[in-house]
Amino acid sequence: MELLGRLTFDSLPFYSVIAASGAGITVLGALSVMAVITYFGAWRLVLFDWVSSLDHKKIGIMYIMVALVMLMRGFIDAAMMRSQQAIAFNSDGYLPPGHFDQIFSSHGTIMIFFMAMPFLAGLINLIMPQQLGSRDVAFPFMNSISLWLTTAGAGLVLISLVIGKFSTAGWTGYPPYSGPEYTPGVGVDYWVWAVLISGVGSTMSGINFLVTIIKCRAPGMTLLRLPLFTWTVLVTSVLMIFAFPALTVACGMLALDRTAGFHFFTNAMGGNMMNYINLFWLWGHPEVYILILPAFGVFSEVVATFSQKRLFGYISLVLATCAIGLLSFTVWLHHFFTMGSSANVNSFFGVMTTIIAVPTGVKVFDWLLTMYRGRIIFKPPMLYTIGFLVTFCIGGLSGVLLAMPPVDYLMHNTTFLIAHFHNMIIPGVLFGYLAGYMFWFPKAFGFKLNEKWGAWSFWCWIIGFYLAFMPLYVLGLLGMPRRMEHYDIAAWQPHLIIAAIGAFIIFLGIVCLAVQLVVSIRDRQQALDLTGDPWNGRSLEWLTSSPPAPYNFALVPQVQSIDAFWDMKQRGVAYERPERYVDIVLPKNSFIGAVIGGAGFVFGFAMIWYIWWLARCARRHLCRHRHSCLRRRHHHRDPGGRSEGHRGARFAQLAMTPKNEMADDPGFAGQPLPEGAA
Amino acid sequence: MSDGVIFALLFATYVVMLGNTAGGPTGKELFSLERAAGETALLLLSSTTFGFAAVALAAADRSRVLLWLVVTVALGLGFLYLEFGEFSGMIAQGAGPDRSGFLSGFFTLVGTHGLHVSIGVLWIFVMIGQVLIKGLTRPVASRLARLGLFWHFLDIIWVAIFSVVYLPGVL
Repeated sequence: MELLGRLTFDSLPFYSVIAASGAGITVLGALSVMAVITYFGAWRLVLFDWVSSLDHKKIGIMYIMVALVMLMRGFIDAAMMRSQQAIAFNSDGYLPPGHFDQIFSSHGTIMIFFMAMPFLAGLINLIMPQQLGSRDVAFPFMNSISLWLTTAGAGLVLISLVIGKFSTAGWTGYPPYSGPEYTPGVGVDYWVWAVLISGVGSTMSGINFLVTIIKCRAPGMTLLRLPLFTWTVLVTSVLMIFAFPALTVACGMLALDRTAGFHFFTNAMGGNMMNYINLFWLWGHPEVYILILPAFGVFSEVVATFSQKRLFGYISLVLATCAIGLLSFTVWLHHFFTMGSSANVNSFFGVMTTIIAVPTGVKVFDWLLTMYRGRIIFKPPMLYTIGFLVTFCIGGLSGVLLAMPPVDYLMHNTTFLIAHFHNMIIPGVLFGYLAGYMFWFPKAFGFKLNEKWGAWSFWCWIIGFYLAFMPLYVLGLLGMPRRMEHYDIAAWQPHLIIAAIGAFIIFLGIVCLAVQLVVSIRDRQQALDLTGDPWNGRSLEWLTSSPPAPYNFALVPQVQSIDAFWDMKQRGVAYERPERYVDIVLPKNSFIGAVIGGAGFVFGFAMIWYIWWLARCARRHLCRHRHSCLRRRHHHRDPGGRSEGHRGARFAQLAMTPKNEMADDPGFAGQPLPEGAA
Repeated sequence: MSDGVIFALLFATYVVMLGNTAGGPTGKELFSLERAAGETALLLLSSTTFGFAAVALAAADRSRVLLWLVVTVALGLGFLYLEFGEFSGMIAQGAGPDRSGFLSGFFTLVGTHGLHVSIGVLWIFVMIGQVLIKGLTRPVASRLARLGLFWHFLDIIWVAIFSVVYLPGVL
């Protein structure tokens, strides 16, 4: 069977009921999506309006769709682990060890690379250009390539459920265990190639976002007038550009070790596995901040909007963001204090780690002081923000504990660590993204999400979170290591049962999110956002209509202050009819991004299964399309008259909805009025 | 910038791996300063000729741009020929990348550079085609400028490779 490399019939998951049903659900899910598209006759729409789209807003929406699908998958993994550990006291539970190992590996891989990263890229794509007063990102075509490379990586992880097995080496893939000697199968290769391919996409996203912020700002939008979300994107992009190459190098070397017999990280022949751990965390620690900084940006926007006050301490928030970005490159060694570096090295990294809590603390105080004396409106995004503030402090403090090397020696690889980083990432990152999702949903689709179900989802998420992770702190202090498939210590079981109940409540939170989406689509006529400014917002994305025209702004706005849109409303110029319209040049849709993503997927798959001829074909394809990147891009011109037509309809609509959509809310502090009008 | 980080980490890895020869050959036994000097000369010269192409571009002299691009690409191919010979010679004497951690580091660092040069050569061929067909239009000129940055960047990396890998390896 040279033709198919090491792919044989035995790779299909008929060896276990659980694996087979996982594969079945994956295949059925894919088939039912296709069936739905066919049923609605929507293939043309999907292909020509979405897959080939270079519009940053549509790309952003597709990213978030990938993220939500992967959130489900990652959560199912989590629920399986929690239920296994709840019952596996002195028994084998229902998951064999090999399968359990695959599940914790794919849970971490999915949540970091294929849930958080696409969610982040999606929110940034959707909002950042609008906040700048820009019509698009700097490189719309490259944006599409990034999207489809990320999707290709996600596809590889999903297909590993059906064909072959996933890695058992954890989401970090430490050698020598992940090397060819101890793990010869395809699992680690799936992990390596999924991460490599999506990592290339993330690097390109970082470059794209950075250039957009530097080069595509509206006139008057100086750096110190950028909305805070965009500031955090700026710093995150720099981190992406500098950190992701480290991941590429680490995974590339591991791939060479595994596929070509190199000796970077092997036990014998002069390999040095510690080098992998250094390289991996050289990316891994900045990655934490890549994920969390944009969430901090979302919280900053949300807290100012729903406190109906200007953000407190804008400059200090900007400086704190930059400081965190810089410091994030100086703490990577705290992930492996136990490696055996000298006491001086460990102390240095311990001190740097505690220092990073300082700018983070500054931010927390700024948000609190923004709420102080504000008139807070408790919409779901605001609930998530307050939940974050309270919960995140606990996680931050446990992080400061772990930053002390002697303490870390006791806690290393216990569930205390698991509790700590989930305590950072769930409230810090995921709550932020969910707040952003509910905050900007009306901007993307033109109607608001149901608030009752949003509040329910929040309460389930936060109660479930506490129940699921606070017991893990206790378990860590009791000495329970992470990644246990079964155990024989009776004292652990009650805590694990509580944690499983917590996971179930989080599941209810996810159900609420799904119900919220369905209910909102059903009742969208009652929640239309006609003004484009559903929350009485402050930054430029609320100036556009909801959903925005493909070019966002018919005329690029002139910015005169921080909170540019608020300022325009105050000066009474926000909704002025421009005197003339200009022609707008927009990029034409292109399938090449999707084709490159597809070729990346095929290439990864072929490398995993040693199907060399297919890998060569896919590589040739990728090279050929690299040429097409050099070719002139096609653009089409949107004549001024047409945008005048759009805008005319919008102004008619605005005239019919004179008051802000928030005006009926108790606690509404009023819209900014033009001076003299009061 | 990202590429710079990649090379920085490959250099760091190479230096860490320097002593890990696992009983296999060391740099002193393998490297030939003559060959490395030849590679260096070709690549540095190609950077100069690309500079001439850029000067011709500024003067909007299409045929001289083409001439210097062709010279550059020939020098680049010569470099690749020498490097290929070096690699295959080492592999033939049993000093391939799978022999030791040190050689893994060497082949990956120098090979990644070589891969970049190959991409650069391909890119020059594409640009020669574009200059021939489209002339020195503004987008073509801008692409040539970017290609120039890439090509000179590879030169800088090579200087670092020569001083970190070959010189200390031989001395």
